[in-house]
Amino acid sequence: MAVKVLYFAWLRERIGEASEVVETNAKTVAELVEDLRDRGEEYELAFADVSAIRAAVDQDLVEFDADISGAGEVAFFPPMTGG
Amino acid sequence: MAVRVQTEDFDLGAELAQLREGRTDIGALVSFSGLVRGSDDPDHPLDVMELEHYPGMTEKALAGIEAEATARWNLQASLIIHRYGPLRPGEQIMMVATASRHRQAAFEAAEFLMDFLKSRAPFWKKEKSGGAGSWVDARVSDEDALKRWGRGGA
Repeated sequence: MAVKVLYFAWLRERIGEASEVVETNAKTVAELVEDLRDRGEEYELAFADVSAIRAAVDQDLVEFDADISGAGEVAFFPPMTGG
Repeated sequence: MAVRVQTEDFDLGAELAQLREGRTDIGALVSFSGLVRGSDDPDHPLDVMELEHYPGMTEKALAGIEAEATARWNLQASLIIHRYGPLRPGEQIMMVATASRHRQAAFEAAEFLMDFLKSRAPFWKKEKSGGAGSWVDARVSDEDALKRWGRGGA
């Protein structure tokens, strides 16, 4: 399936894209990360330490074991610093 | 109950006046505003802070946090304004306001909104000083602050 993937803050800078459409068979966020890591060195570097990364599926914060089947967009970003 | 995400500045006094306009059911009005704090290192003054956000999720997350506060406390009104884009030291970043019949609900709800907004609203800050930029790390203490409200998620 095709899923829109978004990156924010230093993840966006390391990957060099704010968003892209990815063709994947991944069923969970964690599996999608594995697919993304295969896309190149910048992805490997960006996803080197997933404990420093948060994920959202269709704009809801989720854990990495979350289901992404049928998701419109998946986003990756560092811990948030609002306020 | 309202949420606004915007680049432009806001007038705190005018927002509070508008929130209570024509109301006689409000006995307590609490507001908090967050400002861009300058650097205390004279060799590395903060030139500008860039606030990035996730359009769509930001509004959804803030509305969710506000709805949670409204469910927990008896609020007569509430408002969240959060800016994004480049901001200079001394500028306003955001505000929350909570109104209730008695002060305890307004105080507690304002703190709750701030605690959740810090770690659950998708904003990221980048500090720029002398041409170099660095992303502001999330603080463990901010994540810990959520625990006193009894649950980790928003």
